[in-house]
Amino acid sequence: MVASATSDNREALRPVGRVFTFLHREDVTGYLMMLPILLLVMGLLAYPFLLAVSWSFTDKLIGAEGRFIGWRNFLELPRSSIFRQTVQNAVIYSVAAVALKTLLGVALALALNQITWLRNFLRGILLLPWVIPTALSSLVWLWMYNDLFGVLNYILRVTGISQEGYLWLASPNLALFSVIVVNVWRGTPFFGIAVLGGLQTIPEELYEAAAIDGAGVWRRFLHVTLPHLQSVLAVVTLFSTIWTFFDFEIVYIITRGGPMNSTHLFATLAYQTGLIAGKLGEAVAISLYLFPILVVMIYFQLLYLRRMEV
Amino acid sequence: MGWLVGRGGWSRQTYTVVAYLVLIPFLLFNLFPFVWIAITSVKPNQDLYNTAQSPFTLSRITLEHYQFLFTKIAFPVWLRNSLVVSLAATGISLVVGILTGYSLARLRFRGSTWMATGIFVTYLVPPALMFIPLAHVVRALGLGNSPLALIVTYPTFLVPFCSWMLMGYFKTIPKEIEECAMMDGCGRIQTLIRIVLPVSVPGLLSAGIFAFTLSWNEFLYALVFIQSEARKTVPVGVVGQMVLGDVFFWGPLMAAALLGSLPVVLVYMFFQRYFVAGLTAGAVKG
Repeated sequence: MVASATSDNREALRPVGRVFTFLHREDVTGYLMMLPILLLVMGLLAYPFLLAVSWSFTDKLIGAEGRFIGWRNFLELPRSSIFRQTVQNAVIYSVAAVALKTLLGVALALALNQITWLRNFLRGILLLPWVIPTALSSLVWLWMYNDLFGVLNYILRVTGISQEGYLWLASPNLALFSVIVVNVWRGTPFFGIAVLGGLQTIPEELYEAAAIDGAGVWRRFLHVTLPHLQSVLAVVTLFSTIWTFFDFEIVYIITRGGPMNSTHLFATLAYQTGLIAGKLGEAVAISLYLFPILVVMIYFQLLYLRRMEV
Repeated sequence: MGWLVGRGGWSRQTYTVVAYLVLIPFLLFNLFPFVWIAITSVKPNQDLYNTAQSPFTLSRITLEHYQFLFTKIAFPVWLRNSLVVSLAATGISLVVGILTGYSLARLRFRGSTWMATGIFVTYLVPPALMFIPLAHVVRALGLGNSPLALIVTYPTFLVPFCSWMLMGYFKTIPKEIEECAMMDGCGRIQTLIRIVLPVSVPGLLSAGIFAFTLSWNEFLYALVFIQSEARKTVPVGVVGQMVLGDVFFWGPLMAAALLGSLPVVLVYMFFQRYFVAGLTAGAVKG
């Protein structure tokens, strides 16, 4: 009687036990642990992205259903002068800013790597522009660029460089320059710290060997330092190019894309077209125009990283 | 340092002096805006808009701009909102990041390398590409104009880098200590909680501090998803509510910039080591 009862219990427990062992399989545990991120990526990245793609073929306005209009958004954008201006701005903005950040960042890293006294302290405070909210630091720059009460024009006046000062944000070329400066100000510390990390992994022996071989300072920099920084620089510049290309806050706060659209970037133009003018279909087409470029950049980055690993 | 030593060129001391000289313009450029925030925030209005006097002179000091923030506008509410949103988004992202990072670092299952690559790619998707359709999704979920919209969407850019960073960290932990625990009858999750996480505190701190800073500094989603003044976060509140048309109240604005940056600066100062470690482990923005 007792024996049959336990065997009954075993019968009853078997499916539960099977579920239990199934849940303990390594791959099942793996998939279960991946579930939250998969939900997040599907629901809040993949789905909105597909939504944007479908909207880009319509004339959808805020609060209204759109009609399917095929490729018209994509075909008409290159005919709009604001869009062409934005493409030009974005290319100048990101190429100039990333080039300056790379050069200044390498210089900063080399200088920090050379010193010992105060090194950690200086590294700490020099990184501050990158730590604080860009929206708030952009306000400070807006205040410093002020033509009447701004400190930059005051400095120009007292040093005798320019008596009347500059209208930093009023002329198209100067305004683009001014927002690039802010981007470089924010991003250079990041480049500097990343490159410093790269510099510290270079073994000292390599330099000694090169010095024994008679390589001078410049050739040691060129043939030992730079090749070792290659991977760090590749990763950092690619990341930075993507982020700079899609920058929003600096332009939104300092110039709103003006004067005469001379500082509009893709994100600010999409914001203005979609959320101010309400033309959602056209706005997502503006964002999506860049998608192929983004894909190519990510592809090269992955290719490069994979080659580094092998 | 070594590339400067040896024959040809100057002595090591000379190079060190040059290095300090090179750092001077960097210090001026990087830190001047901070000096300017501080000076402006304590200067009375009569002096701020007085062109007859040098803007560097600080003859009188006032706290009226700070008082304005706490008595006339919703600044304290924005501070609280920012804190709630950042802490919640960071917490969620860490939990999801731990699960993802651990399973990619340790468990063998089909498609895991493919998923790791996928996560790296999502990490590069800029918010500027997503904000318009995401606003629609957020509204469809009934989260429009609510801080929950931010708590739910910030993990889209926080989780990928938390996972990536933690995956790297978990890989450095020797497998043996886990195997011992499992031999003693611990399950996977128990091993993760009792054995792996306690030795991963530095990695968790790096990821957490980064996530908190990125959430605190986020602007675009907060600008698009939140409309009510009382629900805004600090950056959007300051930019949206303190600028009236073309009129800028520079004193209160700079006081707000200072106080709004203070939390991340403090976090950064206390945990600088982890911050720099995280920065070199995975580039985030720049």
